[in-house]
Amino acid sequence: MGFVFPALVLIGVFLIFPALWTIYLGLTDFRLTGLAAADPQIVGVDNYTAALGDERFHTSLWLTVQFVLGSAIIGQAGLGFSIAWALRNRTGPVKRVVEGLVLLAWILPSSVVAFLWIALLDRDQGTLNALLHMPGFAWLLDHPMLSIIVFNTWRGTAFSMMLYGAALENVPPSHLETARLAGASTFQQLRDVVFPRIRGHMLTNLLLISLWTFNDFTSFQITAGGPEGRSEILPVYIYNVALSGGRLGFGAAVSFLVLLINLVLALVYLRLLRGRRGAEA
Amino acid sequence: MTVGQEHDQAVTRAVPPARAARADTGRVRHAMGAIGRATFLAAVAGFFALPLLWLATAPFDAHPTITASFPEFTLNNFRSLLDNPYVLTSLGNSVLQAAGSAVLVVVLAALAAYALSRVRIPGRDALLYVLLLLSSVVTGTAAMVPIFELATRLNLIDTHLGVVLTLSGGLLPAAIFILKDFMDGTPTSYEESARVFGASPLQILWHIVVPVIRPGLATIAVWAVASVWGSFLTPFILLRSPEKSPGAVILYTLYTEGGSPRLDLISTFSLLYSLPVVLMYIFVSRKYGFRFHGGIKR
Repeated sequence: MGFVFPALVLIGVFLIFPALWTIYLGLTDFRLTGLAAADPQIVGVDNYTAALGDERFHTSLWLTVQFVLGSAIIGQAGLGFSIAWALRNRTGPVKRVVEGLVLLAWILPSSVVAFLWIALLDRDQGTLNALLHMPGFAWLLDHPMLSIIVFNTWRGTAFSMMLYGAALENVPPSHLETARLAGASTFQQLRDVVFPRIRGHMLTNLLLISLWTFNDFTSFQITAGGPEGRSEILPVYIYNVALSGGRLGFGAAVSFLVLLINLVLALVYLRLLRGRRGAEA
Repeated sequence: MTVGQEHDQAVTRAVPPARAARADTGRVRHAMGAIGRATFLAAVAGFFALPLLWLATAPFDAHPTITASFPEFTLNNFRSLLDNPYVLTSLGNSVLQAAGSAVLVVVLAALAAYALSRVRIPGRDALLYVLLLLSSVVTGTAAMVPIFELATRLNLIDTHLGVVLTLSGGLLPAAIFILKDFMDGTPTSYEESARVFGASPLQILWHIVVPVIRPGLATIAVWAVASVWGSFLTPFILLRSPEKSPGAVILYTLYTEGGSPRLDLISTFSLLYSLPVVLMYIFVSRKYGFRFHGGIKR
């Protein structure tokens, strides 16, 4: 059992402790500078009531929901599955090229990909506007949410693609063949043969990518939450409030709210997973 | 072979003549499907390649703009990049931080995953899920404030060690989660006979378990290196001096005095900064096969 100890120490100090500290800080009026920085006072649940009543927090939460639904669930999982499905019994250069490009988007450093997208979407000289013959169309100013949703889809699809690729190998080809000969359409094959078999994989994948997307900070490097907070998802909101704005206590309270939302999200998925196991037993 | 499979094969073998007509429409549909599939794959390849074009052309262009275009070929950008004093040190810093974290994560995760896989403790899976959940939240922005405070008090601000420890703490739960499943899949009989001959747990782990789960360890190592290599927020917050900053942070300092981005430097540095992870990925996937095992599957 001594083997677990070093890992637990590191996790304890750099993961659990900060999490507990977040809860404590959320109850204070701690600030980065000024009087409250030297001598923070306990203010109880004031930060929480303030956050829950804050218009900017509501907007940010709603934007985050759009971000997770659009880029993780529809974008990454949907596109990832489609690619895995289209490539399922293929070999050769087509598969290698498509998979290679998708993976490349995933393994490049986030600072680099952020810059690639700024270059792609630039108003006057961006490659996209040059291709579409729409010079001067300001993607990042007029459609900031759409931009970061498409960006995050591009960025993270590889994980779902690989996971579903592995999952689809578990579906016996004979079952699909039977369904096809019986005249089942692709949609029917997916619904009746494929999905029931890979339901566990789908749920685990959705859980992981939802959590990752919910807490993703890369979009900060593209839009910084702007313009006028129209792409200010929760991680960016916390950064802007706590570290740029200096309201550390308030930021910690929002962090804890995010933790709670994530917990609920995880419990829902685990519940669905258990439901599946119960049905099998 | 189960009854269901036998039945399926019987159906596959004997297609009754009454189904011939349906098979015809099936063939048409199959052709349509193949065309649709090819179009879809071409669109996917285009979508994923488009943003990458600029990275392939701009570094070699004498007058790079933000548009990807056929370059006026030059290698001067690489020379002017090397004139920047922080560029090479930042790559060294990235290597240091990534390697340090990867070693720490692989070693600690292997030890912990082995113990958790062989010893039955009630609530073990629940604990792993909670840690996994915490890690995805805490390594995001949520705990930036406490992490900053913690590093300040432990005198870890502006040190490589601070970055390595913080990032490793965040990566460990997922690493343990994935590795534990690799371990669960290995048979315990060899370990038992080794134990009979008096091998210590550490010897068993090193000589018997590690060779078997090498692909898993390689996957974790690549994943850890790639995560640290790309991480921006933690070093951005914890490091003060540019001599210690990794490439991810330095990339954001490559601006002219007027504040506009130096495209020649940024594109060239981006390419240089991306190459190591891409090469490492190719190397490991050739050698061990980069793949996900059970852990994620269930």
